[in-house]
Amino acid sequence: MYRLARRLVYAGFSLALVVAFVVSLLPTSPALAQGGSILDEVRQRGVLNCGVNGGVPGFGFLDAESGEWSGFDVDFCRALAAAIFGEVTADNLQFVPLTTQERFTAVQTKQVDVLFRNSTWTLSRDGELGLDFGPTNYYDGQGLMVRADLGATTIEDLDGASICSLTGTTTELNITEAMENRGLTYELVPFEQSSETSAAFQEGRCDVLTSDQSQLAGLRSDSADPGAYVLLDEIISKEPLGPAYLANDSAWADVVDWTVFAVIQAEEFGITQGNIDSFMTTEDPRIARFLGLGDDNPSGSLIGLDNGFVANIIRAVGNYGEIFERNLGPDTPVGLERGLNSLWTNGGLMYSPPWR
Amino acid sequence: MSERASAFDRSAHQPVPPWRDIRVLQVVAQVVFLIAVVAFSYILIDNLVTGLRASNLAINFGVLTRSFGTKISEGQMDFDPGAATNLTALMAGLRNTLRVVIVGLAGATVLGVFIGIARLSTNFLLRTISVSYIELFRNTPLLVQLYFIYRGMRLALPESLADSYTLPGSIYINRRAINFPLIQGTDSAPIFYAGVALGLGVAVALRFWRSRVQDRTGKPARVLYWSLPALVGFSALGWLLSGDPFQVDYPVLGTFNFSGGDRLSAEYTALTLGLILYTAAFIADIVRAGIQSVPYGQVEAARAQGFSGGQMLRLIILPQALRLIIPPLGNQYLNLAKNSSLGIAIGFFDVYNVANVISNQTGQAVAVFVVMMAIYLAMSLTISAIMNGLNYLMRARSR
Repeated sequence: MYRLARRLVYAGFSLALVVAFVVSLLPTSPALAQGGSILDEVRQRGVLNCGVNGGVPGFGFLDAESGEWSGFDVDFCRALAAAIFGEVTADNLQFVPLTTQERFTAVQTKQVDVLFRNSTWTLSRDGELGLDFGPTNYYDGQGLMVRADLGATTIEDLDGASICSLTGTTTELNITEAMENRGLTYELVPFEQSSETSAAFQEGRCDVLTSDQSQLAGLRSDSADPGAYVLLDEIISKEPLGPAYLANDSAWADVVDWTVFAVIQAEEFGITQGNIDSFMTTEDPRIARFLGLGDDNPSGSLIGLDNGFVANIIRAVGNYGEIFERNLGPDTPVGLERGLNSLWTNGGLMYSPPWR
Repeated sequence: MSERASAFDRSAHQPVPPWRDIRVLQVVAQVVFLIAVVAFSYILIDNLVTGLRASNLAINFGVLTRSFGTKISEGQMDFDPGAATNLTALMAGLRNTLRVVIVGLAGATVLGVFIGIARLSTNFLLRTISVSYIELFRNTPLLVQLYFIYRGMRLALPESLADSYTLPGSIYINRRAINFPLIQGTDSAPIFYAGVALGLGVAVALRFWRSRVQDRTGKPARVLYWSLPALVGFSALGWLLSGDPFQVDYPVLGTFNFSGGDRLSAEYTALTLGLILYTAAFIADIVRAGIQSVPYGQVEAARAQGFSGGQMLRLIILPQALRLIIPPLGNQYLNLAKNSSLGIAIGFFDVYNVANVISNQTGQAVAVFVVMMAIYLAMSLTISAIMNGLNYLMRARSR
């Protein structure tokens, strides 16, 4: 009888545990957490979780000595934090470094609110990953970097070469297709980490390193002897890079999209981090609308943000041109030209919808 | 008196009510628990499925038949990225995993047994080296060891292919791979194989016959003296009959890489070597424990009977130690098989790496990981089954 009682107590205890566990799970289940926008969640939390690349100089890079984040994508995270909270503080923006493997799952599981991490916008990713992509903030293309002493100038010269790439990227698919279509033999060596990939290339495991051109330029600038490597002129794919966020959240999508548009439009108007204050009393109705000056010029309030959100962004990071020059431009170690990423008025593809 | 007896009888036959019947209650408790477990699992799975569907991510195993699109160079001479589906890519990845696991298991066992025995040696140098080896490899993380071996090998070996270390028989070793000649059977090779098989059969038959002669007459068996000529003779006959059974494809240095021949990539070599070195340290300790569990009286008895050191180890100690060694050895085998998934860190295209690529390209993380877990589970269960069978064969038999 005593044993039976003990048994019953155990069974009851287990049952209670199970029920408690189930109940504790219910409120956090994605099925039930629907309805609210990520914008509300971020506001409530007081912190923006931004998924970035941790190891590509120029785009997302954590300085090991100073502990400072820097890079093009990192600045867009700052812009978004400024748009939501008014300013960027040490507490309201959390950078989450992600590998190529982790990045999309991190968005799906809401580990990050938005992804600014050299992610290419493709049909299958947009359709199947449960993600939506925002406006492209960097038009890239896949290139090939080879050791200069090999004397290769075109892809056809690379028959029999060993190629290092990042595993699980569109890069891998493109290089496979490019080599197969030309009927070339090659060895593909897939690495998980960007740093491991470039180390393998620099230490002679591969003849070729393939990735987005901008990343190759960044990795070359970070190498011991940048002159030992050349970028081939050929571009084998289109790589439009932009923010990604959870699908079907229109309010959040508006906030991210118009943050990107804001820095582009600011460059078009010539508004910079330095001269923003001189525009606060502008007579130009287009700029007044853009900056949301006065009661008759609703701006941020149309998408659930503070009316002065554009000014907050510019004060925090500057306009698109400033972000580019600071992280990727000719004066930086990465040393990239604007090219396709010039404003549309200068023959590039950077173009913001009208602010009215 | 009779009243009392009948009262006693009545109480004995009175049915126990079910809520007090221990047999009923035991069953009820278990049924309730089972229902709770099933309900709990159902809620979890339903929650997952609903949640994924709500985020436009319904689990879809159909992605497995889609095109894979990425080249798998590792160990696959005929992998065609145009034709490969995700499923065939997973199988190609599994082949690579098995290439590592099978060689790794064999290597770790041999090295582990050797070091385990050396650990107990009376030779100071041998013993100290073994102890240092075990402590070093057992107490550092495998991932660190893999990086160390991979990067270390890369930096130590010649960078320029023209400077490759060259071993006799056209073997070239450099940072990228070990290139060696590929020996392929021609059309007439089966004749040679038949010759070898015949020779092997005769040799085994001779061995049995000789041991029987030894048992009956006490004359030395001299197995090798009889069997070897039979094996060599029949093999040579097969070779002559088939003409030239093999052709050799030598590696030749091209612009970028060696072409022709076969190769073991640096990633494969580093991963296999790393797994062998790491697991051997654990196996060595298991072997040592097994040997030490054999009572010392057995050793003394063997010495008294005039067994040599090697005979004693082979015939007396190891057979008894094996019974204790096999179960924990199985655990180490499973560890090695599962640890092979760390190859992704050093660019090895195994089944885990392939699954990661598919998951990243399709977004079907749940479906892909279910398939991957099934593959690893099948591999582990196979190893377990083999080890259990071995354990059964080695069990102590009472006569």
